[in-house]
Amino acid sequence: MKLELRGLTKVFGSFVANDHIDLTVEPGEIHALLGENGAGKSTMMNVLYGLYDPDGGEILIDDKPVSFAGPGDAVAAGIGMVHQHFMLVPVFTVAESVALGYEPTKGLGLIDVAEARRKVTEISARFGFNIDPDALIEDLPVGAQQRVEIIKALSRDAEILILDEPTAVLTPQETDELISIMRQLKEQGTSIVFITHKLREVRAIADSITVIRRGKIVGEASPDSTEAELASQMVGRNVSLTTDKSPADPGEATFQVRGLTVVDRAENVVVDDVSFDVRRGEILAIAGVQGNGQTELAETIIGLSEPRLGTITLDGKNLVGTSVKDRLGDGIGFVPEDRSTDGIIAEFSIRENMILDVYDRPPYAKGPNLRSSVITAEAEKKVEEFDIRLGSIADPISTLSGGNQQKVVLSRELGRELRLFIASQPTRGLDVGSIEFVHKRVIAERDTGTPCIIVSTELDEVYGLADRIAVMYSGRIVGIVGPETSREALGLMMAGVPAEEALASAGTAPEAGAPSDAGTATGATPDSATTSAEESE
Amino acid sequence: MTTDISPAAPSPAPPPTAEAKPGRQQTLIQEILSGSWLVTVLAIVLALLVGGVLIAFANAEVIAAARNFFSAPGAFFSTVFSTVGDAYSALFRGAIFDWNARTPERAIRPLTESLVNGTPLILTGLGIALAFRSGLFNIGGQGQVILGATVAGFLGYALSLPPIVHMLIAAVGGIIGGAIWAGIAGVLKARTGANEVIVTIMLNSIAGYLLGYLLKQSWFTHTQSANPQSRTIDESAQMFLLLPLPFRLNFGFILAILATIFVWWLLERSTIGFEFKAVGANPHAARTAGISVAKVTVLVMVIAGGLAGLAGATQVLGTEDKLTGGIAGSIGFDAITVALLGRSKPLGTFFAGLLFGAFKAGGYLMQSQTGTPIDIVLVVQSVIVLLIAAPPLVRTIFHLPAPVLKRKES
Amino acid sequence: MSAQTLDTPTGAPTKVVAPIAWKYPIVYSVLALIALIFFGLIGRAGDTTFRIATGGDFFAIPDLVVSAKATGLVLSLILVVMAAVSIWFATRRDDLGSWFPVTFGIVFVLSFLAWAGGGSGGVIPLTTLLAGALALSVPLIFGAMCGLIGERSGIINIAIEGQLLAGAFLAAVVASVVKNPYAGLLAAPIAGALVAVVLTFFAVKYWVNQIIIGVVLNVLVVGLTNFLYSTVLTENPELWNSRQKLPNLPIPLLSDIPILGRVLFDQNILVYIMYVVVIALQIFVFRSKWGLRMRAVGEHPKAADTVGIKVNFTRVRNTIMAGAIAGLGGAFFTVGSGLAFGKEMSAGQGYIALAAMILGKWNPKGALFAALLFGFSKSLGNTLQSIGTPVPNELLLMLPYIVTILAVAGFVGRVRPPAAEGVPYVKS
Repeated sequence: MKLELRGLTKVFGSFVANDHIDLTVEPGEIHALLGENGAGKSTMMNVLYGLYDPDGGEILIDDKPVSFAGPGDAVAAGIGMVHQHFMLVPVFTVAESVALGYEPTKGLGLIDVAEARRKVTEISARFGFNIDPDALIEDLPVGAQQRVEIIKALSRDAEILILDEPTAVLTPQETDELISIMRQLKEQGTSIVFITHKLREVRAIADSITVIRRGKIVGEASPDSTEAELASQMVGRNVSLTTDKSPADPGEATFQVRGLTVVDRAENVVVDDVSFDVRRGEILAIAGVQGNGQTELAETIIGLSEPRLGTITLDGKNLVGTSVKDRLGDGIGFVPEDRSTDGIIAEFSIRENMILDVYDRPPYAKGPNLRSSVITAEAEKKVEEFDIRLGSIADPISTLSGGNQQKVVLSRELGRELRLFIASQPTRGLDVGSIEFVHKRVIAERDTGTPCIIVSTELDEVYGLADRIAVMYSGRIVGIVGPETSREALGLMMAGVPAEEALASAGTAPEAGAPSDAGTATGATPDSATTSAEESE
Repeated sequence: MTTDISPAAPSPAPPPTAEAKPGRQQTLIQEILSGSWLVTVLAIVLALLVGGVLIAFANAEVIAAARNFFSAPGAFFSTVFSTVGDAYSALFRGAIFDWNARTPERAIRPLTESLVNGTPLILTGLGIALAFRSGLFNIGGQGQVILGATVAGFLGYALSLPPIVHMLIAAVGGIIGGAIWAGIAGVLKARTGANEVIVTIMLNSIAGYLLGYLLKQSWFTHTQSANPQSRTIDESAQMFLLLPLPFRLNFGFILAILATIFVWWLLERSTIGFEFKAVGANPHAARTAGISVAKVTVLVMVIAGGLAGLAGATQVLGTEDKLTGGIAGSIGFDAITVALLGRSKPLGTFFAGLLFGAFKAGGYLMQSQTGTPIDIVLVVQSVIVLLIAAPPLVRTIFHLPAPVLKRKES
Repeated sequence: MSAQTLDTPTGAPTKVVAPIAWKYPIVYSVLALIALIFFGLIGRAGDTTFRIATGGDFFAIPDLVVSAKATGLVLSLILVVMAAVSIWFATRRDDLGSWFPVTFGIVFVLSFLAWAGGGSGGVIPLTTLLAGALALSVPLIFGAMCGLIGERSGIINIAIEGQLLAGAFLAAVVASVVKNPYAGLLAAPIAGALVAVVLTFFAVKYWVNQIIIGVVLNVLVVGLTNFLYSTVLTENPELWNSRQKLPNLPIPLLSDIPILGRVLFDQNILVYIMYVVVIALQIFVFRSKWGLRMRAVGEHPKAADTVGIKVNFTRVRNTIMAGAIAGLGGAFFTVGSGLAFGKEMSAGQGYIALAAMILGKWNPKGALFAALLFGFSKSLGNTLQSIGTPVPNELLLMLPYIVTILAVAGFVGRVRPPAAEGVPYVKS
């Protein structure tokens, strides 16, 4: 089956998420749609799947124009989609999940369970998925859930399968399994649209590549292109992310983590015997693929979760067992990973958000009373200092753009004397200008002598900020290396290869063509585009 | 029912399209037209209309006139208007000013009666509003009022202390009673995640049975009377009158004013209130900012229960003079509507409490003079709150412009 | 601080041995001890009479007269043994199955009854007790089924109370005007459904918080029915509010079974409808297309949407249908019991129905048993009050509420509501 999009346009308000997209997916090919977060990939696929109405252009299947009123129509036309966030009901069995919406019945509206089960077993066997039709979804690991999603699509005779960021939640092993599944599907004649921003995977599997940037198709690429070529096409050229940064002048190691082990609710070890130091006046970047324990590590340092084992020492004081409030009082500044959930209160005014974790301290409070005039004066000072674009500090913070919201968070966390600064994904979803600003402020904080920890999954950010780089994999620190380490070596470490081995096989010099040096890499994500990405989930 | 409703569910005055927050670029006239106070007024008008239709419908004379509608439509309409008019004028005379009264005292007494009836509604409503603002659904006002009245009443006749001191101690006892009762729900929510809606509903019923049981025990009631009621509250424990008899307005109303100021200070000016609102608006961010959500949950419920308990105390020490099974009336449930009408703001709750107190006071006169059952007040109240909760509906009915805002793309 | 390497990541996380679940053994032991001390060792002198016959039975079963103290002692010793068994099972980390708590409960109640009936030489009318329990459970069961469908679809329904009351009202009025109780039975679902229409209108169209609408709707229905009762109904009770009773339709043979037969199968049609509703729901919620889709929109509406299920339509339709069921339950207060309508006659039963639904973990079967348990404890209260025992009636009446609080606080196993309940579904 051949799929073609002609001039497809989707507009959210004044923001054009998809601008005259032309795309052709040939029968039986794996077509990668490459683009950054917020580039408009998911929006495009949601239009294709009938979840959004297009504002212009047409969809053709086997050269015939079609229109979808809802996902049902798209499914009937042979399109299947595996969403980035799985569309599975946790308390359903696999058979129920696959049957939902297309239930085989046997009179009185009762479901023909045997038939539903048979379908799962049959498809599962055909591809060697090894999925038990009676297992509960919530009991399955993420990779298996994804296979259920694929079974769901195939059970409806999908001839085109859209996989939206399928590897974002997978472990490297699961990713490899998925890639072999995709090859198998292709052999059986299914076309696959593979949405991703990960270059390695694209090169590993795609037959053809379309690159999308800021809602527009910027061109085709060959799977033989180097990662550097793909990267520059994806993010656009001539945007420098290199931050002026003097070499670190590290002092004593005032922050130490020893043998830290954190267990999640399901008793899985998420941070596994982690030890490291951070010295005054240096930035330690914690790199790694999302979901390898970095988030939990940062949350444990600030006190949002308690470790099972190990110590966290700041200026000689063990922090384990103390509350978040105590740790903030000890001089830790914390920028959480998920800004809108953990960093700000959308309904609160900008002014209130600026004192979110210092509201009960002088000068903002006197006894139980808030000092409104001081709070206002301080807020106005910070707006000036951090160049926050706003109407009034009394407006709800939800009226600000993501970049300005993050500046509010930074102004709050950096606006006091710190003994330690931790930021998780501090520039996720920000525009170039804001990224630059955030990086400058972090470096400035380092230069005042504060030990800094930056958790980032973006290698560009890691290279831009780090004085040392700790790579996490599967809850462990694989190694701590210098900023001169090559991308290739870091990549190997992020896949779990021990540091020495990785350095040996990759050579220690920084890769010449690495985007950070070539002056290309950026999170050139327009702010509004981020909104669309959030919208389009 | 045990989901954590606070973060996911829209706050008490939804919908989440920021209805209540006008955008900056609005002109003044748009703000007035789309502002929430206009919706409030229109909701009250609409609810009174609905009530009027019901009053007319249930009136025998109107029904009789309707039978002759086609021969004498004018007579039908005049009957409708006079019936509804009589009822509402009695409602007004019973609530604000009775121009038919024989003495000037009698003429202004209705207004003070409205204040008397409004006092427990304001106090309980404040507790419920405070919980709403903190993301908690305190449906347990009823039980908390009962417990407050029970403890305050018991202390009011069981102790013997000098005047004022006795009253204050009994009132504090009421606060503690209500605080403990709500505190149960708070602690269970904080420690086990038990949904406070269910727990407080259950505690309401338990409180009712508990009071019923106690009123049968002579060690508790201090009487040998077969009736399920207590001894009369000691003179020293009664809340003194602010005006001479026949006025019933008492110190309780002063307490309601003080409580309103206290809650306003708490929510708008204090660090504790900042924590409350932060937890209510986004518990995740509050936790990240070092605020203990568990502590806030317990504290909010304790304060809310204390306010409701105080309402029970004013009821038993001020308005009534002994503890009975019906001491709490339906205050706890009415107060939920009060808090909603007041949009969970202290001053709004205060005026909403006065309005519903006035409805109640007026309802009695309406019932005795025109035979219109006081239950119509319940209908009017609930219709008001339903409409308030859905401002777009009121706007649609009156063809008002929607507030201009930067809508998120859809 | 050179590059530190760590040994290969561990494989599967270490399997932790489940701790011994002491909760239930402790509860059993405490209850057994209470029974042993109060009903057995201290006990009460005199005889207790268990009356089984109700007159007109096929078999005439004589009263069972036993010594209060001896019976209490024997039964409490059985409880002690059962508690010991539960401890033994707990140490072996074995599951006792569901028959165990049921048997334990029955024996405990019997030992309590033997004690309660002693002293005064009281007669415990067993059949009446059970019949009363069923009668008191009927509206609860209908209400719980209503709440269950709503919440399974994602709509929290606190307005069950109002739906019961509205059903009771309309059933009484229509039956009275038509002079036929069955007409009331047809009218009652309409009343309940109308309340649900208002509920879903505000919840789905205007995204008003569902708990708020529920609470307010309850007040509205009380106000409306009280108002109409005080005006229209009292003005001409002959026409508007005369008593109509659904006749009992004993099922041949089944109704002749002693005790249970009389209790279960000599009932009016409303009770039989209830049996059908519960059984049908138990099957259809879990095994039908309708049930699967309902659970999908209640758990993960977006997932349902992506497979072409109309989320809001499903929610509205199911909740209105559920309202009709609650309305039927309300009819039991009036035509089902042969009573005229009285002000606020649902008396908080809607809230207990909600509690039964939660205690039953959103399962029809579970909700049925929870409702029966609540009905039984109330019936027991009534019985004890009439024979005069030292146990305060109020304590028994409180019991359902206390049990529910314990349940939601997690003392009675894990209780998990539908994930998306109360959250309006808004398409992006």
